[in-house]
Amino acid sequence: MSEEKHHIVSYRTQVFVLLALLVLTGISVAITQLEMGPMNTLAAMLIAGIKATIVLAWFMHLKFESRFFAFMVSAVVVLFLLVLLVTFFDYSYR
Amino acid sequence: MTVHRDDLGDKMGMWLFIFTELLLFGMLFVVYAVYRSMHPEAFKLGGDELDVVMGTINTIILLLSSMTVAMSISAIQKGNKKLALTLLTITLIIAVVFLVNKYFEWGAKFEYGFNPGAPELLELGHGTILFFGLYFIMTGIHALHILIGIGLFIYVFWQIRKDKIHQTDYVWLENTGLYWHLVDLIWIFLFPLFYLIH
Amino acid sequence: MSEANNAHNVSYLEYKGQYKGLLAWIFSTDHKRIGLLYLYTMLFFFSVAAILGLLMKTQLIAPGYTIMGPQTYNSLFTLHGIIMIFIIVVPGLPAVFGNFFLPIMIGAKDVAFPKLNLLSWWFYIIGILIVLTSQFMGDGPPDTGWTFYAPYSFQTPTNVLPAVFGAFVMGFSSILTGINFVVTIHRMRAPGMTWFKMPLFPWTLYGTAWIQILATPVIGITLLLIVAERLIGIGIFDPALGGDPILYQHLFWIYSHPAVYIMILPGMGAISEIIPVFSRKTIFGYKAMVLSTMAIAFVGYFVWGHHMFTSGMSGRALYAFSFLTFLVAIPSAIKVFNWVSTMHQGSLHMQTPFYWAVSFIFVFMIGGLTGLVLGSLATNVHVHDTHFVVAHFHFIVFGGTGFAFMAAIHYWFPKMFGRMYDMSWANLGWGIFFIGFNTLYLPMFYLGIMGMPRRYYDYLPDFHGGNIVSSLGAWVMVSGIVIIFANLIRSARHGEKTSDKNPWGGKTLEWQVDTPPTLENFEEIPTIVKGPYDYED
Repeated sequence: MSEEKHHIVSYRTQVFVLLALLVLTGISVAITQLEMGPMNTLAAMLIAGIKATIVLAWFMHLKFESRFFAFMVSAVVVLFLLVLLVTFFDYSYR
Repeated sequence: MTVHRDDLGDKMGMWLFIFTELLLFGMLFVVYAVYRSMHPEAFKLGGDELDVVMGTINTIILLLSSMTVAMSISAIQKGNKKLALTLLTITLIIAVVFLVNKYFEWGAKFEYGFNPGAPELLELGHGTILFFGLYFIMTGIHALHILIGIGLFIYVFWQIRKDKIHQTDYVWLENTGLYWHLVDLIWIFLFPLFYLIH
Repeated sequence: MSEANNAHNVSYLEYKGQYKGLLAWIFSTDHKRIGLLYLYTMLFFFSVAAILGLLMKTQLIAPGYTIMGPQTYNSLFTLHGIIMIFIIVVPGLPAVFGNFFLPIMIGAKDVAFPKLNLLSWWFYIIGILIVLTSQFMGDGPPDTGWTFYAPYSFQTPTNVLPAVFGAFVMGFSSILTGINFVVTIHRMRAPGMTWFKMPLFPWTLYGTAWIQILATPVIGITLLLIVAERLIGIGIFDPALGGDPILYQHLFWIYSHPAVYIMILPGMGAISEIIPVFSRKTIFGYKAMVLSTMAIAFVGYFVWGHHMFTSGMSGRALYAFSFLTFLVAIPSAIKVFNWVSTMHQGSLHMQTPFYWAVSFIFVFMIGGLTGLVLGSLATNVHVHDTHFVVAHFHFIVFGGTGFAFMAAIHYWFPKMFGRMYDMSWANLGWGIFFIGFNTLYLPMFYLGIMGMPRRYYDYLPDFHGGNIVSSLGAWVMVSGIVIIFANLIRSARHGEKTSDKNPWGGKTLEWQVDTPPTLENFEEIPTIVKGPYDYED
């Protein structure tokens, strides 16, 4: 028997989450039509990051689980970003 | 022997598996970042060749399918078997549509000779070759994961039908949902990096 | 279920489930049987790879063609590496002793996902079979080295594809084991066993499991990209198409460096179990041992470039990787200090597991200190791709994981088999092995500094003397291995039976259960009140 209380996300919340994601997608498409140089990529990645956080928090339920799960996900993301950073110690400075 | 049941442990295991997928795709993003930093113009031109409308449609329907699978979990939690099955079916249909779109997209690229090894591609310079190599590998492995997701949905649908997954035991559905959101997460980053650079 | 065959009465070796004979083993979800399945597989393939090594050393006993030419030599060191790395030391202690003892040491009846555990072994076997096909198909066994460096690995006509695909499949085995162990440790510790009451071997399994989860996918995708290069010419590592071969090296070592911590951490954990028992003293600095384990696992992710100092990376990368490499040596050194401090003023019991543990410290230190020579940029340029490197990694991997594995098998053997091995033969085997090991590998440091390259079937006459000594050492070492294996194999089947729960006087939970354990390990899950290694009485 599952001992923890199951939090049920309402259908309403899930629809709102989708709407938020769709709006962000729209912004993402629109903003990249403008010519902003390197800011384009930054903007697109920032928005993607926000969308990802929303999916993780609501659809993947991290907002309602034990804090440990969110901590682990953050740690993995940090690890990945550090690996990316260290790889660019090579590529940016050749 | 008592059967050991630990729903939280099962969920933890699924998250750990998701971490492996994040690292797998993550390294492809590292490769992308390296080659894009080396060939910024060629990557922009490559992005111009991709169909933004098609990509946006696929993004929208994939997000929608994330919602429907999340809703199907709520439905099962509320004991609404019929709704859960309906939502799961919609999710499944969207997954198939995504793959069909992908098939037509790829078909168009093959026709113009952008596929790896095509003589037309080999004329176009290193940056473009790398861009399309990465495009096919990354969307290809992503599509493979969608295919696996379809298999999982079929299995879970069948299990709900047989009442093996129900209101007080739905870990399989939850974990399949987590898998599907992961597939969505990867696309959330693939989409701008390939389609939205002009 | 009959009285004679229930889960609490009968040893796991005798237990009769729904399958009979061989099937009762290869379809068993009992963590103890799975541990033994890994052990037997590894015993076989280790012997194969050791013979390959012996053949290589025989070729190198004199300059020029001795018993084989360059193509054969290249195929031999490739297969030797693939077997030793992917089939022996990466699964290594976790697959054998982790599977067997993790649940028992934390007071559990099995791991969190027993069926996934069996699947791990099946992935391992299937991966091995796929790799083996690379040896026998038309275009010849791979000659790239186990590192499969681009561009050669996609240009060579030899059977690289099954070799890398087999390694890819074996990766799933590693990942599933990692997932199983993390969840087991989080969710299945006995009541009262808080994190800091857990013994050190499970702690190292925990750190290792995280690396298995987070690093293995990297080699997974890297190998898939080699497959893509070979099959469809994707260009990602092909300079002719714009790819960067150094990027292959980055991707390869981003896994393969953390992989060496998968190899060594559980070995260190086993040593941390053995030394307190044979010193009759609690481990010195338990918390430091835990923290250093986690530190090694974490910092170990960021040193991979030290395998690539001469490949063409930027200056900034060189400095960063060298600095981080020196940093990661510190927690390992802390462990050595703590083991020695544990022994200090302890009541030393000179028995086989202890000999292995102490000699582990000796060879591990040589391996570790020579690692500093390699981690230092200027000296690295001189010794990279020479026999110095070969000596270093054999000391640290064979000396490290290998000796720790031997220590562990001689420590846990009576519990696993309910029989005792012959101590005199075990000690003789150890002695001969130790002499042979050092004779084989120590000259390689000198040969490397003098300029003898690695992965060559031939060498300049100047290096002949050192090679004679080294190759003779190989034969002595293998004699030692034969004695050790013969003793263990004979004793597992015909050794003196024992039901002594605690032959060594250990304090951890495995020494409280039956010898051999019953199917579910514990009649009743214990409640823990004390820390491990409580020798304060």
